[in-house]
Amino acid sequence: MSLIDIRELHVAFGEHEDRTVAVDRLSLSVEEGEVYGLVGESGCGKSTVLRALAGLNSNWQGRMVVAGETLGPKRSKAQHRLMQMVFQDPYGSLHPRHTVNTLLSEPIEIQGLGTADRRIVQALDQVGLDASFRFRYPHQLSGGQRQRVAIARALILEPRVLLLDEPTSALDVSIQAEVLNLLSELKRSRTLTYIFVSHDLAVITHMCSRIGVMRLGKLVEETSVDVLLGEGPRHPYTRHLYQASAGYDRRLAQTTAELDFESEPQP
Amino acid sequence: MSPPPQGPSSDSAALPPVVSPPGLKAWLTIAVPQSATQASLQRAYFGWIRFLRNRLAVIGLAVIVLLLLVAAFAPWIATHDPLAQNLVERLEPPSATHWFGTDQIGRDLFSRIVYGSRITIYIVLLVTIIVAPIGLVIGTIAGYFGGRIDVALMRITDIFLAFPGLVLALAFVAALGPGLENAVIAISLTNWPGFARLARAETLIVRSSDYIAASRLQGASSARIIVKHVVPMCLPSVIVRMTLSMAGVILTAAGLGFLGLGAQPPSPEWGAMLSSGRRFMLDHWWMPTFPGLAILLISLAFNLFGDGLRDVLDPRNE
Amino acid sequence: MSSAGDSTGQRAEIAAPILAVQDLSVRFDTPHGLVEAVRGVSFDIGREKVGIVGESGSGKSMTGRAVLRLTPKAAQVSAQRLDLHGQDLRRLSPREMRAIRGRRISMVLQDPKYSLNPVMRVGAQIAEAYLVHHKATQREARERALEMLEAVKIRNPRRVYELFPHEVSGGMGQRVMIAMMLIPEPELLIADEPTSALDVTVRMQVLAILDDLVSSRGLGLMFISHDLNLVATFCDRVLIMYAGRIVESCRASDLKHARHGYTRGLLESLPRIDERKERLQVLERDAAWRDGPTILHQSSGGSRP
Repeated sequence: MSLIDIRELHVAFGEHEDRTVAVDRLSLSVEEGEVYGLVGESGCGKSTVLRALAGLNSNWQGRMVVAGETLGPKRSKAQHRLMQMVFQDPYGSLHPRHTVNTLLSEPIEIQGLGTADRRIVQALDQVGLDASFRFRYPHQLSGGQRQRVAIARALILEPRVLLLDEPTSALDVSIQAEVLNLLSELKRSRTLTYIFVSHDLAVITHMCSRIGVMRLGKLVEETSVDVLLGEGPRHPYTRHLYQASAGYDRRLAQTTAELDFESEPQP
Repeated sequence: MSPPPQGPSSDSAALPPVVSPPGLKAWLTIAVPQSATQASLQRAYFGWIRFLRNRLAVIGLAVIVLLLLVAAFAPWIATHDPLAQNLVERLEPPSATHWFGTDQIGRDLFSRIVYGSRITIYIVLLVTIIVAPIGLVIGTIAGYFGGRIDVALMRITDIFLAFPGLVLALAFVAALGPGLENAVIAISLTNWPGFARLARAETLIVRSSDYIAASRLQGASSARIIVKHVVPMCLPSVIVRMTLSMAGVILTAAGLGFLGLGAQPPSPEWGAMLSSGRRFMLDHWWMPTFPGLAILLISLAFNLFGDGLRDVLDPRNE
Repeated sequence: MSSAGDSTGQRAEIAAPILAVQDLSVRFDTPHGLVEAVRGVSFDIGREKVGIVGESGSGKSMTGRAVLRLTPKAAQVSAQRLDLHGQDLRRLSPREMRAIRGRRISMVLQDPKYSLNPVMRVGAQIAEAYLVHHKATQREARERALEMLEAVKIRNPRRVYELFPHEVSGGMGQRVMIAMMLIPEPELLIADEPTSALDVTVRMQVLAILDDLVSSRGLGLMFISHDLNLVATFCDRVLIMYAGRIVESCRASDLKHARHGYTRGLLESLPRIDERKERLQVLERDAAWRDGPTILHQSSGGSRP
């Protein structure tokens, strides 16, 4: 049985004329220990899927089963403990007035786990930060360090699933490499399952074993990375993304320049 | 709307060099804080250093401190009994014995102003202590929960906001009767809506942050999030508004006193002194002037201090 | 010197460079001491697309702004040479500089949400850009604006003319920005992360338009970006910046043969679709890079130490 099973997830916002469908009857499943990549452009709904799964958004329909339990709009503490999230913006995901220590001790307090001190030091160690970082404020840390703290915070509750929402998109290339390596290593040393969301196909193919390509709320293709790199993408949209990820190509750009612009998703 | 994307962040931030001056300063400026207390004290210390750069704000603070000292040591500073009448020495101009002159029943003006500072502080502190927490609580709850709670709380706020401050204060005092305590209640009732709106505005911005989302994902209750996450982000604006509104409170109290609705005679409240001195302005200029100057000075001091505080508390360096 | 061939295979000939920069420096006096954002940068731009690549803090954006003299007031800009078609930009008065900006050098910024006036219709903004530098009637400006909207391949120029910035999508907004910046027919276009806020597919479209316009009008393009891969495939020449200096300069097609430690480090640390790696190479910063020599590739031309 899959660790995560999503059936016919449907998320829509707004009323009447303003009603937009962010996720359109999406179904996917993730096995334990897998790194599943959700790739697509902005507005495709990939972050919405993650947020609905995490329980940040209660306005969804469909069925989501994680570790055998069906999830409802409200989550219990135990359910929260199972899945943690790492956000995109390292500047916005840490409370500016809290020290690293407070940030890491809070989940322990909320969930009522003990031995806070030991857990905090261990969590920092796992992400490659030494104890000197413990009493710093976020503004005293660099972007890469903040993202490590964010990962430490996600891991301190010992979740089984890590939901990663564009965790390296806001980082410099050299720092991205460090963080991606860290994520790969963490996965090797513990039983973790990742759902990795990104718009960058190169990052996704590097990190993931299986990917789902989303467009305008729908899953247009699901494939393993081996197949994608071997036989190539099947769906025309995936093919388009794949080619665009290789960089600028004048001929490719000319053909897509003729595509309908008006159908671009509005901000 | 969120600020423009900054582009990728750099990891090449160097640690500040380790300074080794002796003692307390070393402890406060050490690059790597060893405990939570040290970290917060360090933060306060750096804030203090930044504050000191603003000369006007420091002057404001100095005047406020002076006010507090004068109020605390009034019995020793005052030259005469503020309530002692001496009809022989009435309406005397400033002299060696009476530094600010005397009023129409011979009371020493200087001593009255010194003791009046106690009343001013009493009013300002009381109003602020009542108003800020109420505004903060209502504002953050309305902002965080949104929906019907927000609408209900904001409509109540609107009702209070709809009345001009002094008019509402007058109405309450008229209903409750004149007196210092009632004046304080009346002023409080007109001041809290501003704080509620401010807190609500800040909460709305903070509510959609990722760090709030992260807390929710850990299973934090709404109460915990509001108290530990939202309120700390609202505090800087609220504190600044508190200091800036103190000036307004003093003026409103003076206004009520002027109208005879605040502190009652023979209490040496500055506004009341201003009012009774009005009649004597042309021939005995010292009577309204000194209380007026005192009010002006303190209001200005609070404004300058508040401005400096805002510059320090504004998270610009983050 | 001649520049590298652009992607259509034509050789862009330049007798003299459009922009000649020598020893450009930008310094700030901060409470923590002197901060040197740009330290002695030199390069030329002819009728070609030159990419300036660097991470945050490398000074790439500040370089672009220094050319236009749009640096913050606290900045001290100095250069041994800063010529636009031979004209010395350093000694121009603010008024003269205003005549240069927009008219002879234009700048396209990252996010049209923030660079377009939110309360003016986009068409009017483009027309305004024209009127600022040319004497014309409102009607003529409007006609020119509509022409530009067509030139950036907007299907329905008349409809889009009347839209407000919040009503257009990211890609369209960026095309409006390009139209606005090209309507006065500048000689040099500076683009600071022009496609970073756009989706991958839209990015291609916008770049294609930029590509066409730059070649057909014979403009010089300074393309500032953090995306090494994009710059390598789009531009003719690449300048790599680190800690305020140019550490390597080469033809875009030669980038895989880059020799500087930093460039190689960046290339190795990028995940690539076509090359699967177990682990990404982590960039080891060498202190020597801060002040070490600039690596110039033989056929790159144009970059003077």
